[in-house]
Amino acid sequence: MGVLARATLGEIAARLEAAPPLPTHTRLRGPESGLVMVRGRQGGDGGPFNLGEMTVTRCSVRLADGTLGHAYVAGRDLRQAELAALLDACLQRPELRGVLLAEVVQPLAARQAEAAALVARKAAATKVEFFTMANMRS
Amino acid sequence: MYVAVKGGERAIGNAHAWLDETRRGDPALPELSVEQVEQQLGLAVDRVMAEGSCHDRGLAALAVKQARGDLIEAAFLLRAYRTTLARFGASEPVETGAMRIQRRISATYKDLPGGQVLGPTYDYTHRLLDFALAAEREAVAPAPEGVADPTPMPRVTELLAKEGLMRRETTSEAEPPDLTRDPLNFPVPRAAWLQALARGDEGFLLGLGYSTQRGYGNSHPFAGEIRMGEVTVEFTPPELGFAIELGEIVLTECQMVNQFAGSKSEPPQFTRGYGLVFGHGERKAMAMALVDRGLRAEELGEPVDAPAQSQEFVLYHCDNVEATGFVEHLKLPHYVDFQSELEKLRSLRQEAGR
Repeated sequence: MGVLARATLGEIAARLEAAPPLPTHTRLRGPESGLVMVRGRQGGDGGPFNLGEMTVTRCSVRLADGTLGHAYVAGRDLRQAELAALLDACLQRPELRGVLLAEVVQPLAARQAEAAALVARKAAATKVEFFTMANMRS
Repeated sequence: MYVAVKGGERAIGNAHAWLDETRRGDPALPELSVEQVEQQLGLAVDRVMAEGSCHDRGLAALAVKQARGDLIEAAFLLRAYRTTLARFGASEPVETGAMRIQRRISATYKDLPGGQVLGPTYDYTHRLLDFALAAEREAVAPAPEGVADPTPMPRVTELLAKEGLMRRETTSEAEPPDLTRDPLNFPVPRAAWLQALARGDEGFLLGLGYSTQRGYGNSHPFAGEIRMGEVTVEFTPPELGFAIELGEIVLTECQMVNQFAGSKSEPPQFTRGYGLVFGHGERKAMAMALVDRGLRAEELGEPVDAPAQSQEFVLYHCDNVEATGFVEHLKLPHYVDFQSELEKLRSLRQEAGR
């Protein structure tokens, strides 16, 4: 679910081209945008405090067989939330789970991991290597 | 007192039309897109999200464009927009210790686990105007990559706390107060002022933080640690009953380490001032941490005699949307008020002349 929340609508839609067509669904709630109050911790590790809100879009859908799917994703993209909810429902269906994990979720997760790794490598390039007196002499 | 007056609709309409034209600027130049603002004026967007108290880069960028770069007006627009949205609930407290670090520095330890990571910083630039930016440029080369170090980056405050030299934070999981729902009732707990400071005006907090360094509050701060990067926001929807990930947001955290002389029940030790803000807002996070430590004076049994130590002074004045509302309301017609003042002054002068 976190993978679908992090992906853009375009990225999810592009991955779905390689997947079998998704079953039809009924909207139970939303998609609708709202807010979630983000909490931090006092001093980083103390009791919680309210830091500020973020926009979040949610959607709940039902497949014809009654399977429910829910999604809450950061931002205001209604179609992304609906697609994420639909995929959440489909991923609970044994006949769809394998192919959707392989064609949609895992490739998206891999891309996200690579994007995070790229940031980590750029950060690593700005890590300070101190010269101590000892190794300046050597 | 100000009274409702009719008229002026045509003037207002025309003023708004002129504002729109002025915002657009020279039509011979390409119009700035919201995406350009979001990508290329990222720190303005971050500031508007922090002071607008609403994390949404696209909305904040739109607000910056609409406000023609007036960031307080942009924060106001964002605050107004957020009131139109329902709140689904509150997130789990974000785990800044697990932040995906883009920048992490400490002014107290040279060698610390995970090291000093400079990140995309203006520090060490010479602050000379770069005229190359004013010219058409070739594509910017991607930044160099290093070998990512999987060493965890523990907080500096935790290193000190393990030695018993840093006062531990209270770990009550009590529902924190929310100043967007409940009015401030002084004295307020630290959770309430941290929320107020996180959305407070950067300039105001910067000045107040500076005042604590200059002697109004007697603090001796060290920047124990500043870190910036992405954290995962988790939320537990009631219909699911377990936490799910909503996505990532960038936060800046500052831990100021301050002396504390100790008390009857506690040995001398360090205490912390804490700053946490949306986006990359290092100056704001540092100022917030200084003011947070100032506000803890009473809790730590220190004298409360400086502006940055007064809850009422800080919390009633740090919000730029509130402040701008009251300052700018002076522009509203005060014709009746002023008429009475005028008459009073005339009668006093008349009496004096008699």
